[in-house]
Amino acid sequence: MLAFVIRRLGVMLVTALVLTFVVFFLTNLPPNLEKLARSEGSVRMTDAAVASWLEDHGHSGSVFYRYAEWLGAAPGWVITDEKGVTRGKCIGQRDDPAMAPKFCGVFQGNWGVSTVFKKTVLYSLGKSMAATGWLMLAVMLVMVPVALVIGVLAGMREGSRTDRVLSTFSITTSATPEYVSGVILVALLASPATGLSPLLAEWGWIAKKTLFMGTATSAMDNITFWNFGLPVATIALYGVGYIARMTRASMTEVMTQQYIRTARLKGVGFGQVVLRHALRNAMIAPFTVIMLQFPYLLNGVVIVETLFNYKGFGWMLVTAAGNNDIEMLLGASVVAVIFVLVTQLISDIGYVFLNPRIRLG
Amino acid sequence: MSFLTPESGWADMSDTLSWAAIFGLMAKQFWPVWVALVVTFVLSFRFKRRLGLYGKLFDSPVAIIGFAIVMFWVFTALFANMIMTFDPLAQLGSVKNPLPGALVPEGAEGQHKWFLLGGDHLARDVFSRMVMGARQVLIIAPAATTFAFLVGITLGLPAGYIGGRLDTALSFLANLVLAFPVILLFYLLVTPEIRSTGIPVVLAAVLFLIPIAFFAILFQSRFHTSPNKRNLYVAITLVLGLWAYSGLAFNADPLGVWGMDPNLLNVFVSVVFVNAPTVFRIVRGIVMDIKSRDYVAAGQTRGETAWYIMLWEILPNARGPLIVDYCLRIGYTTILLGTLGFFGLGVTPESPDWGSTINAGRKLLSMVPHPAVVPALALMSLVLGLNLLADGLREESLKD
Amino acid sequence: MSNAVWDASQPILEIENLSISFFTRLREIPAVMDFSCKVMAGEAMGLVGESGCGKSTVALGVMRDLGKNGQIVAGSIKFKGRDLVKMDEEELRHLRGSEIAMIYQEPMASLNPAMKIGAQLIEVPMIHQGMARAQAWELARQIVADVRLPDPDRILNAYPHQLSGGQQQRIVIAMALMSKPALLILDEPTTALDVTVEAGIVDLVKDLGQKYGTSMLFISHNLGLIMDVCDRLCVMYSGEAVETGAVAQVFDDMRHPYTQALFRSIPLPGADKNARPLISIPGNFPLPHERPKGCNFGPRCDYFQAGRCDAGDVAMVDVPDGDRHGSRCVKWDEIDWNAAPKARVVKEKAPIGKVVLQMDDLKKYYSVSGGAFGGGHAKVVKANETLSFSAHEGETLAIVGESGCGKSTFAKVLMGLETATSGTITLFDEQVQSTPIQDRRVDTVSSVQMVFQNPFDTLNPSMTVGRQIIRALEVFHIGNSDAERTDRMLELLDLVKLPRAFAERMPRQLSGGQKQRVGIARAFAGGAKVVVADEPVSALDVSVQAAVTDLLMDIQRQNKTTLLFISHDLSIVRYLSDRVLVMYLGHVVEMGSTDQVFQPPYHPYTEALLSAVPVADTKVIRKRIVLEGDIPSAMNPPPGCPFQTRCRWKSQVAGGLCDTTMPPVQTLTGGHQIKCHLGADVLAKMDPVITFAAE
Repeated sequence: MLAFVIRRLGVMLVTALVLTFVVFFLTNLPPNLEKLARSEGSVRMTDAAVASWLEDHGHSGSVFYRYAEWLGAAPGWVITDEKGVTRGKCIGQRDDPAMAPKFCGVFQGNWGVSTVFKKTVLYSLGKSMAATGWLMLAVMLVMVPVALVIGVLAGMREGSRTDRVLSTFSITTSATPEYVSGVILVALLASPATGLSPLLAEWGWIAKKTLFMGTATSAMDNITFWNFGLPVATIALYGVGYIARMTRASMTEVMTQQYIRTARLKGVGFGQVVLRHALRNAMIAPFTVIMLQFPYLLNGVVIVETLFNYKGFGWMLVTAAGNNDIEMLLGASVVAVIFVLVTQLISDIGYVFLNPRIRLG
Repeated sequence: MSFLTPESGWADMSDTLSWAAIFGLMAKQFWPVWVALVVTFVLSFRFKRRLGLYGKLFDSPVAIIGFAIVMFWVFTALFANMIMTFDPLAQLGSVKNPLPGALVPEGAEGQHKWFLLGGDHLARDVFSRMVMGARQVLIIAPAATTFAFLVGITLGLPAGYIGGRLDTALSFLANLVLAFPVILLFYLLVTPEIRSTGIPVVLAAVLFLIPIAFFAILFQSRFHTSPNKRNLYVAITLVLGLWAYSGLAFNADPLGVWGMDPNLLNVFVSVVFVNAPTVFRIVRGIVMDIKSRDYVAAGQTRGETAWYIMLWEILPNARGPLIVDYCLRIGYTTILLGTLGFFGLGVTPESPDWGSTINAGRKLLSMVPHPAVVPALALMSLVLGLNLLADGLREESLKD
Repeated sequence: MSNAVWDASQPILEIENLSISFFTRLREIPAVMDFSCKVMAGEAMGLVGESGCGKSTVALGVMRDLGKNGQIVAGSIKFKGRDLVKMDEEELRHLRGSEIAMIYQEPMASLNPAMKIGAQLIEVPMIHQGMARAQAWELARQIVADVRLPDPDRILNAYPHQLSGGQQQRIVIAMALMSKPALLILDEPTTALDVTVEAGIVDLVKDLGQKYGTSMLFISHNLGLIMDVCDRLCVMYSGEAVETGAVAQVFDDMRHPYTQALFRSIPLPGADKNARPLISIPGNFPLPHERPKGCNFGPRCDYFQAGRCDAGDVAMVDVPDGDRHGSRCVKWDEIDWNAAPKARVVKEKAPIGKVVLQMDDLKKYYSVSGGAFGGGHAKVVKANETLSFSAHEGETLAIVGESGCGKSTFAKVLMGLETATSGTITLFDEQVQSTPIQDRRVDTVSSVQMVFQNPFDTLNPSMTVGRQIIRALEVFHIGNSDAERTDRMLELLDLVKLPRAFAERMPRQLSGGQKQRVGIARAFAGGAKVVVADEPVSALDVSVQAAVTDLLMDIQRQNKTTLLFISHDLSIVRYLSDRVLVMYLGHVVEMGSTDQVFQPPYHPYTEALLSAVPVADTKVIRKRIVLEGDIPSAMNPPPGCPFQTRCRWKSQVAGGLCDTTMPPVQTLTGGHQIKCHLGADVLAKMDPVITFAAE
């Protein structure tokens, strides 16, 4: 088991390095750097000026070396200009060049400074991730139990009326991406002009103009049901459909197995057949799906945070990407990649633990 | 049924149309779709016993509903020019976000004089944009999915069949792409800057070569025993394939028939790139299952090449789950394209595709929802149709 | 419970005129029609028939577990006098597991993979008797010991996948016995197991039946097994019971043409292919919705009489001489049941020619990485050890062995799908042991071909039959044009006695036997000189087995083919082979002519194998030798002699030699080889396993 985890961690590390390099490469393409030079320096720079600006700021040279620099595996650049001022990646504005460390990259905790937010990348990341963490937590708390219950109820009696109704529900929600359900939910529940809210207001059931709030900006400071409900529901809906369908498929398959017949024919009642005999076997496949759903949640998070103007990780990613904020984008992708890899690892280990055939094989 | 009275009577009654009238008029606009649907269903039902898996579709109510929805949009895309009431890019007047059923100002050229489903913030007809959007989606989504399948199959077959180091290497690459958050990948790949570096063209050059290789190997492995036939088929594949290749990947078709807008190429390549690894994993799994069958061993013992066994013995027997996944994946690709549009990536701002119209409409969502809700429902119904179709197909193919 | 009302002299189970149908969207498919039978207390009733005859449906009908589409459309099933058909779910639930228990074909599939064995066992008394957990656990221990499993505590705490197939089946039996049911239904309980393991299970079932006084409904396609286990039997054909009675009576004085045909189509010991040729039943089993009018067996029956047999439904009639003997045949008292079968064309045995295939000291080792997580050390699996033999032109060489004996590996090496680790394979003066198939010449490849085991797997499901044969012709460079190859393909269909129209069919439209014929046609497409037939008939129904076996031998005679016949079924091996090679865990333990191998002296494994095969002949007396335990894994073979863990002769070898040293090959008279430590004196004293009762 230990050897397995170590080997997986090794593969993870390689994957993380390759992926961050790809991101580094793609964000540091010449046109992006040129844009950076013009936005940081001056819009009307000549091509030659751009080139020298880039050279002055350590953006020239081999992309591999610059990647190692960014990682902190190679010494940061140091340039002494004609005025004799020494500047470098690792040298702060008021620091003494001689005292500055040689390496300063991600490994050393220096993730750079965001050009958009004018704060360090780590600070902005931390803040936005905290916000997104609450969102994700709420989504998981709603999504997983609902999906599992729907899937098990639908799958335990294939073809029954319950199955039909629940399957229709889950197939519909899994056909509704976040940007569609978000739009529909807002139109239905958070618009003063259409949907439920005008009716409720007219009847005097709600004091405000709308039932739910159409933005979640206020949830940054204070999460309430009314400002957080719609974003959470929007992300959860899509996932519920998907996980419920997987659970149902797994459940229906388990219910046709010979050992379920064995249990039935030894006189076990239907409830016990489902709970004792089917459930654990039926959970093995969906567990992996749920864990692998986390990375897809990231998609939903980006869409929903944009749609509801909630300044979390997704919103920040979009802003950074839209504004050529290279250091920020790099930091965000490190976080995203690690997040995906860790969920994959947990999914693998959990799968092994759920399945005695593999655990003790 | 008053809304079916001659149009001249309408305007006299009121300026704006009632919802009943709107739906009536829309139903009328869609007449070519209805005709095509009726013809398709009548023919399919009559010959369903002779049509193999496609015929079996019509045994499952779920699949019939799914198929009907999908075909509705396919025919809408086909007959979009006849269905839409106005030019989807034309700004009709100066009133922003006219409501559904509102009158179009004088002077606009169209099939009649109402905004059936309202107008957007630039007073463009939402109904016509939705219809035209169907065409956009239904050109790219199936094509990109097909390419993703060809790539996934071409790599998944040897990974599953040969296994060993090849499998380890290919699986690592697939997992690499899968570990990339899709949105981040899009933000990095679908940018104007990256286009200027030529990376999409290089990616396209590699990805588009795979289908040509696929068909060339397909014919070579099958017909190597009769060189004449082999030469003919492989030559046709290479000529057609490389001709299309020159146009699609490099925009350098000497005859100018094949070509792809660089923006589109970028989107296309990214979508294929995101989808192919999943297909790869599915194919690899099925191959590992099928390769232990006796008919594969029979092929091996008569000395068939590995590619013959993969392409002609294994692949045809993997078609069931692959067709099901193909339907689901077109739906997923549609969602992805919508996501791209939603973030304004890779499409021109005036494009009527559903994702970007939702994006444009969401800014005033809580005041005037119709510009966003209409394409949202359209997209949802298409994906729902595809999912239902896939579910029905899966059920029917399991019944054998 | 209503046990008190029930009188023990009455039948435990009484099925009357039971009809069961399955309903699909298109039509009603009758699976069982007008079925009646009685099982008395302590009696074992056998249900025998070919696949699709409805025997398992009867069992599920008794359990009232027919699924969504199945329905009992007529008749009654009385268990201890109460009609099961009229019971509601709750009443049934109390009966299932406590009064009626069932054992299935696939032991692995019938145990819950995620629950410990103990938890699955104690559930039964806890539900039905409300027994406390500790008490139930104690009972489980006792029953596990009763089914002769070692170390009950370890077993109870294990998961199913940690046990071998034979152990799993014992657990399923233990589970069925947990609340001492009155009726035990066994649905092909040993089909998935190896013969030597099967023998142990059969013994166990018989003993436990006696010990607990349980009545049994034993379902099998194997007449020999029925004879071993049952007192009475019921022969089924196409949804109907066609003959019923006491086992000895039905076996010796059958009164239904189908029963007779069934017996004539199975090989019996003491009969070789020339003295008592197998007679296959012509035609095919009718599909449920294509059953003929009148007698279902009519179209395939030798005694068929138009106007009588196809006039209307045939009822079951009592045969007066016997003990509840019945037959569903209108002509039962007109047929001369003792008449010898119609004379058959006696076929000349092809002369055995020169050596075409020679293996010397062949070894094949695999290295496998151990452990689920890829960690641990790589293990070497010795799939074949020092395999040496030669095969002649026109000869049938049988290779006998159970799972893990290395017979498939041997086939792979011969075919060139794997290369040998060491040793040589000489095929027509050419050494091929290290030439993989892609480097072999086309004529070498086409001259060594294979017939596969599983008929449902042997043909590509998405290619027409003709296309698959033509492909083989193309690859073997036979014929210069498509037209020539099409002609040749049609000739091959003639050769395997299939209608030419089958060329256009898809494999799913063919029956198992027909698919197997196509497989044979494909193997002979390139004029194969050596054909490896890997259990070619073991998955087929008995009546079809004979026809396919005959076909294979006819073609062999015509082409002077060398046939390497891989099988675990000693009856059929004895019937058709010239020489026999017995393998166990990668070693050849015995080799000789058919007579040598089937007569003493035996290798101890051959002896056990011979004794384990059930024989459907009341005149045969078989010595019962039941091997302890299961076949060891090839990954982890025992030290010394591979068979030492299960050998009953081990004590006869001095100095514990068997535990430490690989035995040498002893060559006895006539070139008979035995790999064993036993001395010549001990070997000479061995008794024959099979003897015939004096007539």
